[in-house]
Amino acid sequence: MRHLLSIEDLDRAGIERICDRAASFAEVADRSIKKVPALRGRTVLNLFYESSTRTRSSFELAAKRLSADVVNFAASGSSVEKGESLRDTVQTLAAHRPHAIVVRTPWAGASQLITNWTDAAIVNAGDGQHEHPTQALLDVYTLRSRLGSLDGLDVWIVGDVRHSRVARSLVLALQTMGATVTVCGPPTLVPRDIAVLGCDVRYTLDELPRADVVYALRMQNERMEQAYVPTLREYAAVYQIDARRLGPDQLLMHPGPVNRGVELAGDVVDGPRSLILDQVRAGVLVRMAVLFEVLAGREDGPRPTAPPTQETPA
Amino acid sequence: MTTPDPLVWTGGAPVDLLVRRVHVLAPREGIDAPHDVRVRGGSVAEIAPPGSLDPADGEEVVEGEGLHLFPGFFDPHVHLRVPGQEHKEDLESGTRSAAAGGYVGVVAMPNTTPVVDSASLLRSLRDLAVRNARVPVGFTAAITRDLAGTELTEMADLRSAGAVGFTDDGRPVVSAGMLRKAIQYQRMSGGVIALHEEDPTLSAGGAMREGAMSARLGIAGIPALSESTMVARDAAIAGHEEGRVHFQHLSAVASVDALRAGKARGWRLSGEASPHHLCLTDEAVRDLDTSMKMNPPLGFEEDRQALIEGVRDGTIECIATDHAPHAPDEKDVPFEQAPMGTTGLESAFAAVYTQLVRPGVLPLGVVVERLSAGAGLMDLPLPTIAVGAPADLCLVDLEREWTVGADGYRSRSRNCCFDGRAVHGRVLLTVAAGTVAHRDDALAAA
Repeated sequence: MRHLLSIEDLDRAGIERICDRAASFAEVADRSIKKVPALRGRTVLNLFYESSTRTRSSFELAAKRLSADVVNFAASGSSVEKGESLRDTVQTLAAHRPHAIVVRTPWAGASQLITNWTDAAIVNAGDGQHEHPTQALLDVYTLRSRLGSLDGLDVWIVGDVRHSRVARSLVLALQTMGATVTVCGPPTLVPRDIAVLGCDVRYTLDELPRADVVYALRMQNERMEQAYVPTLREYAAVYQIDARRLGPDQLLMHPGPVNRGVELAGDVVDGPRSLILDQVRAGVLVRMAVLFEVLAGREDGPRPTAPPTQETPA
Repeated sequence: MTTPDPLVWTGGAPVDLLVRRVHVLAPREGIDAPHDVRVRGGSVAEIAPPGSLDPADGEEVVEGEGLHLFPGFFDPHVHLRVPGQEHKEDLESGTRSAAAGGYVGVVAMPNTTPVVDSASLLRSLRDLAVRNARVPVGFTAAITRDLAGTELTEMADLRSAGAVGFTDDGRPVVSAGMLRKAIQYQRMSGGVIALHEEDPTLSAGGAMREGAMSARLGIAGIPALSESTMVARDAAIAGHEEGRVHFQHLSAVASVDALRAGKARGWRLSGEASPHHLCLTDEAVRDLDTSMKMNPPLGFEEDRQALIEGVRDGTIECIATDHAPHAPDEKDVPFEQAPMGTTGLESAFAAVYTQLVRPGVLPLGVVVERLSAGAGLMDLPLPTIAVGAPADLCLVDLEREWTVGADGYRSRSRNCCFDGRAVHGRVLLTVAAGTVAHRDDALAAA
């Protein structure tokens, strides 16, 4: 695997291979010295155009446990506003010849675009509202670890589907692994054509009891300002997953960070059906597996980055 | 009101030309047969049976067997980016681009930096065009000052300075009340009012048409409603005020329906469709090529079919490119960050001919007519092939295959949605207002 840009880059065997490798790394996390030399001498650059604590630190830990060198580059909003284009930033950083660039941007397709500008392996850590493939992989890994197989599993993804790259990647990954997916949320927050991804669409939780897994999405305050839902109170009344709605045989997941009292009631977050902390642990393992996949098979160094093409008007 | 000649350009040496045995297709004149056509002193002098005219002294002779001669195309909707954005295009490059596409005239949009909203700026632009424009250019002025939608421009003053018409293109006139005043005022000032239709409360934040593809890509979408509700609203305002309104770059089924319904009531409406909306759908956005990002965005197949039907039945009177150049580095960014717009002048005929005429979707005559009809909609003389008329012609080799952009562009920019496409139909010669504005290498060599 050269890059990981979209969950669509992976077939079922590919997802299973990454999960198996992640499982093999699980033992590393239990050692007192949590490090293997698999990627010694490799450089991983974290290029984050959006604030992210979890994903970035998860990638950083993953790289370090594989003995790679890690450089974090946080492009603040202001530096972007100062006018350096994504291309210039990437080419500047690529001049340091990182072996892999983990990239998060607010723009769909940006990680794909970056592959044109550098020979480094690119791992998409979130591109706008498009995809977040490592999140989907860690979710699959978490469910696989718990249940063994996802075949025939009924998963409900509940909340702000419209603005969720997690949802888009997850729908695709879960289906690839044999699960059935239903997305559910306020009609204002579910794209009307989302069923093209192959999922079912519901606007109420009436049929939630049939779900094996309930995956709640983060509900952001700014959605209120944009009038997608009238109030958080009403949102919670209709869509919040609480102990009353979550059945005893249903598993609960969430990509974090949780808004307690909004999409999830506090008691279920900490309850026995919650896999939320398993997801966090899986994050490092799966990202180790992904970095290993894109780097370990490659020759020692990247080819020199091509110089920027000169734009000359015709 | 008296206005100066709305079209300005450098002018040039009047051509003496004999095109022999060329298939003349001039739909408005009812000509569709091989002829010899003689141009003398820049005007059409003779249209005679094929092989009947002998070359005269000093006359260029073009053997036109197997070629077609059309009335030159006219584009009522281009962005020449002057003043202020000359890194994207300028009058010289933009009109060279037009000539290469077979255009003998274009109308430039006023959403420049600064906006063309004063007579003094308009006059200076026209002065510049006299020095730089390779084909005649008409300039529109803004409907509202700085395109802000809050104050009318001095429409009468702008008309007397040569404004062809008025448009806030790039933006809608959001306020119905403001648009109504502009249309009322038009009774005195004259000048067509051309409208970019978009309801910003529906389109805000969108980068492509809302639909299955936008859902798949996770890109905020612009619903077709954003355009069609405004077309319906503004058609009604124009009808009520008996104003003359032209709808730009239509892209949706319901917009075509609203235009058709308004015209059926006798309202003085017209519309245009772009080659990209006629040839492409949001499927083309799949790979997030920023050349596929334009406003209005590419629609669905049903929209494309409705536009084709509108062009066929004349509901949509003209094909206009909305030629919107952007510098390469401005487009070499993530899709959502990219500015909206595609260039189109050099590829318009070939794209439409290849995709719609060759497979038999639209008759060649209809396409040729629609490609020049924009002049009439702007109250400008229609390019014609008629004895005594100024020579506004383009000579086209329909069988010639070429790849869009393979040899670069005359435009300063290359953000063409048809870039890399293999097409048929090459403009070999463009004669604009009696002078040679473009000559293809193939013809020069012959």
